[in-house]
Amino acid sequence: MNLWIDTILVLLILTNLHILGSSRISACIRTVAVQAMLLGMISLLAQWGNVGLRLLLLAIVSTAIKAGFLPWLLRRAVREVGVQTEVEPLVGFTTSLLLGLGLLGAALHVAGRLPLPGDNGTSFLVAVAMFTIMVGLLLIVSRRKAVMQTLGYLAMENGIYAFGLAFAVEEPLLVEMGVLLDVFVAVFVMGIAIHHISREFDHIDTDRLSELKD
Amino acid sequence: MTTLASTAHVVLALLLAPMMPGIINRVKAWFAGRRGPPLLQAYYDLWKLLHKGAVYSKTTTWVFVAGPIVGLACVLTVLLIVPLGGVPGLLAFPGDFLLAAYLLGLMRFFTILAALDTGSAFEGMGASREAFYSALAEPALLLGLAAIATQSHSLSLSRMYAAVTWNAMTCYAGPELLLVAAALMIVFLAENARIPIDDPNTHLELTMIHEVMVLDHGGPDFAMIQYGAMLKLWVLGSLLVGVLVPVRTGWRGVDLAIGIAGMMILAALVGMIESSIARLRLVRAPQFLVAASVLSILALVLVMR
Repeated sequence: MNLWIDTILVLLILTNLHILGSSRISACIRTVAVQAMLLGMISLLAQWGNVGLRLLLLAIVSTAIKAGFLPWLLRRAVREVGVQTEVEPLVGFTTSLLLGLGLLGAALHVAGRLPLPGDNGTSFLVAVAMFTIMVGLLLIVSRRKAVMQTLGYLAMENGIYAFGLAFAVEEPLLVEMGVLLDVFVAVFVMGIAIHHISREFDHIDTDRLSELKD
Repeated sequence: MTTLASTAHVVLALLLAPMMPGIINRVKAWFAGRRGPPLLQAYYDLWKLLHKGAVYSKTTTWVFVAGPIVGLACVLTVLLIVPLGGVPGLLAFPGDFLLAAYLLGLMRFFTILAALDTGSAFEGMGASREAFYSALAEPALLLGLAAIATQSHSLSLSRMYAAVTWNAMTCYAGPELLLVAAALMIVFLAENARIPIDDPNTHLELTMIHEVMVLDHGGPDFAMIQYGAMLKLWVLGSLLVGVLVPVRTGWRGVDLAIGIAGMMILAALVGMIESSIARLRLVRAPQFLVAASVLSILALVLVMR
């Protein structure tokens, strides 16, 4: 069972690196969706043997929203504003990849010496969770297109969800639902914002927003 | 018994190496709906080239003549070191994977020198590209091997690969080994000038890399270059097959047979890859190679954790 979780975690790392190295927005959206699916699998595998109805329902709902509905929303936004690729990100794709490796090293280093309550050999999961959060942040600061920044936000949320998996398996249903709702609303608002930025400026590069004056 | 199997591997590699391009071409032809050249075509080509004379341009020096000879000598030495799956190499000592990697580097260096020695701008361009791409492929190869070395706690290729067992693959190091295999696959394709990095079929195209460097060689020299390239395909292929087929029975003969079968399947796989995907644009290829390095580093980091 542990090997399966490890394999999925390695796949998670690969999806993160893929988002950093890919220039196609649709491919990035798909990858974030895959990430959410992998997380759903981990949440079930980690509790293999005593998967209750509550856990199953939670996994299914969160996977459906994060891997199904939100990507659909983003894909629609992309189609409406008509962008295909992230041209000229603030940090180049190869540089982003190498930065990502540095972040992975940092995450492994920190997770190794982080004192966690109820530590039961999950430091790799914590490391991958922190790595995913950091990749999300990196995406938010290093990409011009608003869609990619939204994707960074989603990746960050995936990381936080993974972090929660590591040691708060018994977290209340309400908290999890609240987070899901927050993400849902946030991405919804971002989708509308992307649409408006594109209508105002004929593109969705956010660095031009600084020209706005009242 | 072990020495016997290792010797048998070297002899079989020398005999069967020209078979690999034959299989690749047959598979490609089959995918394209053609009949394709005979399996033994590479042997006929070598035989024909050996019976031709060589013409040397007046601008070339001894470097041009030395290029193919040094290249073949290097790859022959590497063949003695490299294990095929569970069959250890004839020579094994701590650190031999570095020697193998840099002997291949020396081979490339002399090919590049010989290309530059002709004074042709066209060959110089190919040499520059070869140097660039191999500089990107080298970290992927070395770091991937370093990951296997760390995982097996030894520095000799033969012992490193002996530790890549089915047990290791399924119990504690599966993801890491798969990452290394993916990285080695990219290195294998790049170093042997295959699609998606380079197209071995293009002649006189402005985008080709490896083929352009050997345009001025003829006759026996060209035969040596061709044979060296086939052996290089075999050597790097056996490094890859060693990870992809983690079957170590303990009987050297069986291991050898499995390894050879793995090599033939690898050749068919390369044929399938070449038929199904197009070559990367020249500016995209470095990114692909950097991705290989990233996979290797990831494997190394995971092994060391």
